[in-house]
Amino acid sequence: MAVEKRVRFKSWWLPWVLIAPQMAIVLAFFFWPAGQAVYQSVLQQDAFGTSTVFVGLENFERLVNDASYLESFWTTAFFSVAVAACGLSIALLLAVMADRIVRGAMVYKTLLIWPYAVAPAVAGVLWLFMFAPSVGIVSFTLQQLGLEWNHLLNEKHAMALIVMAAVWKQISYNFLFFLAGLQSIPKSLIEAAAIDGAGPWRRFWTIVFPLLSPVTFFLLVINIVYAFFETFAIVDTATQGGPGKETVILVYKVYYDGFKALDLGGSAAQSVVLMAIVIVLTVIQFRYVERKVQY
Amino acid sequence: MVERRPALALLSHLVLILGVLIVAFPVYVTFVASTQTAQEIAQSRPLSLVPGDNMVETYSRALFGGKGEFGSTKAPVGRMLWISLVMAITIAVGKIAISLLSAFAIVYFRFPFRSLVFWMVFITLMLPVEVRIYPTYQVVSDFGLLNTYAGLTVPLIASATATFLFRQFFLGVPDELVEAARIDGAGPMRFFKDVLVPLSSTSIAALFVIQFIYGWNQYLWPLLVTTTDDMAPVVMGIKRMVAGESYTEWNVVMATAMLAMIPPALVVLLMQRWFVKGLVDAEK
Repeated sequence: MAVEKRVRFKSWWLPWVLIAPQMAIVLAFFFWPAGQAVYQSVLQQDAFGTSTVFVGLENFERLVNDASYLESFWTTAFFSVAVAACGLSIALLLAVMADRIVRGAMVYKTLLIWPYAVAPAVAGVLWLFMFAPSVGIVSFTLQQLGLEWNHLLNEKHAMALIVMAAVWKQISYNFLFFLAGLQSIPKSLIEAAAIDGAGPWRRFWTIVFPLLSPVTFFLLVINIVYAFFETFAIVDTATQGGPGKETVILVYKVYYDGFKALDLGGSAAQSVVLMAIVIVLTVIQFRYVERKVQY
Repeated sequence: MVERRPALALLSHLVLILGVLIVAFPVYVTFVASTQTAQEIAQSRPLSLVPGDNMVETYSRALFGGKGEFGSTKAPVGRMLWISLVMAITIAVGKIAISLLSAFAIVYFRFPFRSLVFWMVFITLMLPVEVRIYPTYQVVSDFGLLNTYAGLTVPLIASATATFLFRQFFLGVPDELVEAARIDGAGPMRFFKDVLVPLSSTSIAALFVIQFIYGWNQYLWPLLVTTTDDMAPVVMGIKRMVAGESYTEWNVVMATAMLAMIPPALVVLLMQRWFVKGLVDAEK
């Protein structure tokens, strides 16, 4: 596809008018605040916000030496790997099964895609309710089975809770893309293998799975981005970072330190670190994913 | 289907049915809880999985708010739903409108700094709200937009993905159409309105579904820019009902959750075709 149009309109003012709204918003609400974040990250405010001093990289030094920040990093890493791994494997299993089915595949698809529409905050509340130690139905069942579920006290339970809620919400997205990927694999390849005597299991691992790898990689990146940046609402509604600070993911910490603890410099420094992470993830997404995924 | 294996087909159906049930279970529990009284939920162990008969009371209490059985007051969800609706539609329509205009400018005109403009829009992809929480809040507060519809929506209207999508689409529109329009004496805006926008209608519908859900489901942003109950969208209001109170009226919370889920779920299910197209296009 051409990158340039051969035929154009001529006007020196019209294009500026056309892009003005987008540019105004981008400058006012994206670039200016991002610049502010960088600027504030090298400043230190006193507790009353009356005086501000330039402190250079001190905020970053504080971050690097802050055990709770490093812990939050590990929490986020574990959380996103768990979300991506569980979400991708469950969705792949369902997509492979749906791909096998001749009749009724559309029905299953319809029944599986709607969780995409559920807000992360609502997903958090739903799972919180099922697992609430006093009223939850699943926590009750677990107690009957001998597992004393209490995510308000046990940090493993709290982490499991937010992983489940996050995976549940993301399954439909992964499912749709896996199903599209599976359906784009030429049937002749599978048939040839079947004629050569390869069973379904063997065919999946030697033909389908390798051909699906671009989709898998794409979804892996998307899921990690999702777990990093779009799960704030799940954490905030389900655990508030608790029981102690074991489910404080990075975005939650930026919010908490900035708005609750009022450590603006520290929060801004964290924002800068997060920006760097987003930039790396976006570059990966566009450099390595874009060209390989085909629909 | 490559071969006939009834056992495998049966297994596929079983796995899928199990998957559908597990995926639907949280919502079923929510629905059941929303039809019971707060007392039934608090006292029955385990929670009954048969719908109760308190549905009308629970939902009307959720929708209109007021004093509860234990004297706690609750903001009406009806108002929150309205705010969510305004917010979702404004964001979806706004994103589509400004992206159509900027894509039109980028593709059909040559002007200085054109690629700079393009890159600036691209870079916004790397600056989600989550990474610049506090400074963005400050800007909105400096403009005096806290607790307003404008504050809730305008900062979220910029859209790199929509701009790219329309740019990609416009690049594929045959040049002959421009030439034909010119011969007929149509100016650029006429061409935009009568040719380009109608041609893009499928993409517009697809984007609308995705962006409506995006707008409806916003949580962090309203949390920052609204401080009063009467400007809280439902997705955020639901959190206020759970947190901070020693006693949670779970039936009302669950009714609110149902009300918060139904509109976007309906949009997805009724516009399924555009939804899938929108998802795939938006990630290209």
